[in-house]
Amino acid sequence: MRDKPSPGISISPRLFLFLITAVVLLYGVIYPNLYVLAASFQRSGAWTLANYRDVLTQRTVIEAIVNSLGLSVATVLLCALVGIPLAFLFERYAFPGRQLFAVLAALPLVLPPLVGTVAFIFLFGESGILARSMQTFFHWQTAPWTLRGWPALLLFHTYTMYPFFYVLTGAGLRRIDAGLAEAARSLGAARIGVLLRVVLPQLTPSLIAAGLLTFMTSMASFSAPLLFGGSVRVLTLEIFTARQRGDAVMAVTETVILLSVSLAALVFFQRYEGTRNFAAAAMKGVSRRRETIGGGKARTFATLAAVAFSILLVLPVVTLFVVSFAREGSWTTQTLPAAYTFSNYQRLFTDPHAGEVFTNSFLMSAIAAMGALVWSFCVVTLITKRGKAGDKPKFVGRGGNRLLSLLILVPWALPGTVVAVSVAEAYGKPSPLLGSFILVGTFWILPLVYFLRFMPLVVRAVQASMEQIDPTLDEAAGLLGARAWQRWAKVTLPLVWPGAIAGTLLAFVIALGEYVASVLVFVPGNRPISIAIASELRDFNLGTAAAYGVVLIGIIAISMIVAGKLERLRS
Amino acid sequence: MPLLSLRNISKNFGSTRAVVDVALNVEHGEFFGLLGPSGCGKTTTLRMIAGLEKPDSGTIEFSGADITNLPSERRGFGMVFQNYALFPHLNVFENVAFGLRARHKANTEISERVASALELVQLPGYDKRRVDELSGGQQQRVAIARAIAIEPALLLFDEPLSNLDVSLREETRSELRELVNRLRLTAVYVTHDQEEAFALCDRIGVMVGGRIMQTGEPRQLYAFPADISVARFLGRNNVINAVRLSSSKSSLGAFKTLEGGHTIHLPVSHDELAPLNKPCLLAIRPEHVVLVRDRSNNPDSETAENVLAAKIREIVFAGATSTVRVDANGLLLEALVLEPDGLKVGADCSVALPTHRLSLLKGE
Repeated sequence: MRDKPSPGISISPRLFLFLITAVVLLYGVIYPNLYVLAASFQRSGAWTLANYRDVLTQRTVIEAIVNSLGLSVATVLLCALVGIPLAFLFERYAFPGRQLFAVLAALPLVLPPLVGTVAFIFLFGESGILARSMQTFFHWQTAPWTLRGWPALLLFHTYTMYPFFYVLTGAGLRRIDAGLAEAARSLGAARIGVLLRVVLPQLTPSLIAAGLLTFMTSMASFSAPLLFGGSVRVLTLEIFTARQRGDAVMAVTETVILLSVSLAALVFFQRYEGTRNFAAAAMKGVSRRRETIGGGKARTFATLAAVAFSILLVLPVVTLFVVSFAREGSWTTQTLPAAYTFSNYQRLFTDPHAGEVFTNSFLMSAIAAMGALVWSFCVVTLITKRGKAGDKPKFVGRGGNRLLSLLILVPWALPGTVVAVSVAEAYGKPSPLLGSFILVGTFWILPLVYFLRFMPLVVRAVQASMEQIDPTLDEAAGLLGARAWQRWAKVTLPLVWPGAIAGTLLAFVIALGEYVASVLVFVPGNRPISIAIASELRDFNLGTAAAYGVVLIGIIAISMIVAGKLERLRS
Repeated sequence: MPLLSLRNISKNFGSTRAVVDVALNVEHGEFFGLLGPSGCGKTTTLRMIAGLEKPDSGTIEFSGADITNLPSERRGFGMVFQNYALFPHLNVFENVAFGLRARHKANTEISERVASALELVQLPGYDKRRVDELSGGQQQRVAIARAIAIEPALLLFDEPLSNLDVSLREETRSELRELVNRLRLTAVYVTHDQEEAFALCDRIGVMVGGRIMQTGEPRQLYAFPADISVARFLGRNNVINAVRLSSSKSSLGAFKTLEGGHTIHLPVSHDELAPLNKPCLLAIRPEHVVLVRDRSNNPDSETAENVLAAKIREIVFAGATSTVRVDANGLLLEALVLEPDGLKVGADCSVALPTHRLSLLKGE
């Protein structure tokens, strides 16, 4: 007797998934962005270029555009200058201290920008630890420097964004077939020739990707220009102040300008990332072994460099930690805070207001991250190709697939300022999509903005896990009699969830420290952690601000460890 | 009535014609092989039988019912994949139980059937092992146990032994055959390994370029390839270019070889196979070429015809047999001999091509 599984109800799950995906993209990405685009070309209901004429004739706006672009280009160059040599040193050579730096190298990437900015002020500010200790040491009357303007911005940007170059160059170097360099040398090329003619051309896609990533992040930078940009006005800041003034037209028009620059960078980025993946797939060569630095001087130098860079990396975090124990008001003219206490932390955990702030951020980030997780499964199931060439997604062809992938990436490429402004403008009054419901001013606007900003991370994590699954597993399950939903629940889901949860955790912790978009659209009754940090700082409650930052970093660290464990579980 | 029937199925991937007009029948209890070089469409054919691909045209019938559009989960076939496709998140027991759970069997029945399946593949007591702790051969057995646990109506194999090393492959091969016999299963077995197909299968379809070129029992395919591509794929045939001379009154046709100009005779079943004065191809296996050392010595009466004078060109010793390459007035032939004693390169000899060992090839 042959066993036959009972037939199931036959609906079209793909249509359902497509509708969910389409609705989210329509409400979250297409409509808000088209809305601000349209609004920037309208004045009292009529189509016009007047907004652009007005905006682009203002000196401050032109200056902001030039500053933003200049700052980003300079940031890219500086980060390349720091990140590429570091990657060569730490990827190619083995010496004591190498591991220490390799572990810490990406630390600035997970530091919330606002927290990093605050730590920089405590450390490098004119009344920060460094300036004060030099003043004490050399008996100077005034601070040796101020943390203001271009040097401050570039220092901070280099610190926070050099990992893009470091990580991508390192990955690129690991992929390069050691045999190629050996072949070139055996053909008589000198070391420098090998570097210029063999290694660099192969690194180019990685370097361009790193450059674009740095450029986009720098264009989006907000916390640093706000807190120590001084007279250097950038676009994100201009948009923020325009909205604070209530000048919606100005804000919208500047938003569109920032949006266009970011999208252009995204288009280039996608192109080069594509070639990068192709190169990775094409190359299965031998990985090279790290050369051990044996020579006394070079070895000492490399070790010292590793230790020095490691200290530089953790110093801001250490500073934050120290300041978080400072008794409020005790740190005035001393090098280090004079009195220490647990009261700052006590306040965080006992003060109902502080507790509320944590609850708010946790709740909103959790909603956003869970939403992103669920939605990612819908999207990825829809767009990930399963099986052989014959089994293409039914509702979206290859072109549709690429369009969906691009639309999903858009919020990731857009500065938080742009996402917040476009959502706030589009749903700030009755809209064709929401009817009379006005999103702005409700609890839901922040979870939505967090969702939009960080769902691409989750989609990517889920997609990467899904694509790693051997398609024959699904086929085998089918032949064994499992219907589509059973295959999904019993084969796909158990294999995808570690990667998916890791991605969701990442989105969650980033949302937890989000400031850029929060500051534009938060509701006073529903303040997230970052807003609380900024207001404590304004009230000169330095210790409390630092304590918030330390707690945030602690949560991030724990989450990253859990995520790392899950990633290992996956492989 | 055959158990499984493929009626002129075709499948294209883009502009590639993967499977072209394939028709075949598999009888109840038969072990049927699909043999061919890589990329010949044999795996695609198997996947269409399994329901993992839909044919562009043609129908697939099973037990008289059209199953062309039946989803794979409702066919009730077992399949052993080339990479085994074991579920990495489940242990051995749960892997084998997967199909039974999908059928909502009671737990007691599941444990019984899993235990007996594991017993059959000689892995009793491995229930709790993680699949990634198993060796390749053990994983393979789990894959087979998983496929037979559902008591499949048809068992499909996609090159199941290709990931095993040689000694294990031969051992597993004979166990597999015994298992299928014992369970009286019908099986379709895809492989590119001629020896494996010959050892395992009752009948074999040889696929080349998306088509089935010849179907038959292993011995028949080996001795009488009907087609040049089959002759080439089944290896080491002497292929002779020739022209048909006359339609003979007897069943023997006369052919003139293009190299050497010899006249040879062989049986021609249908005159259409070899039109007059048209070039055609003849084939004979090296082991069927009879090498006669002494030209004066009369070959036995059976092979009285098709005796050609030749010179020994090369002797290659290969253990049990030796290959002797001879040149018969420009016609180069290989003969397999057991004892090359007394043979010398450059010496004169005769070769006989027994008429009943020669086959006339279709194609080209």
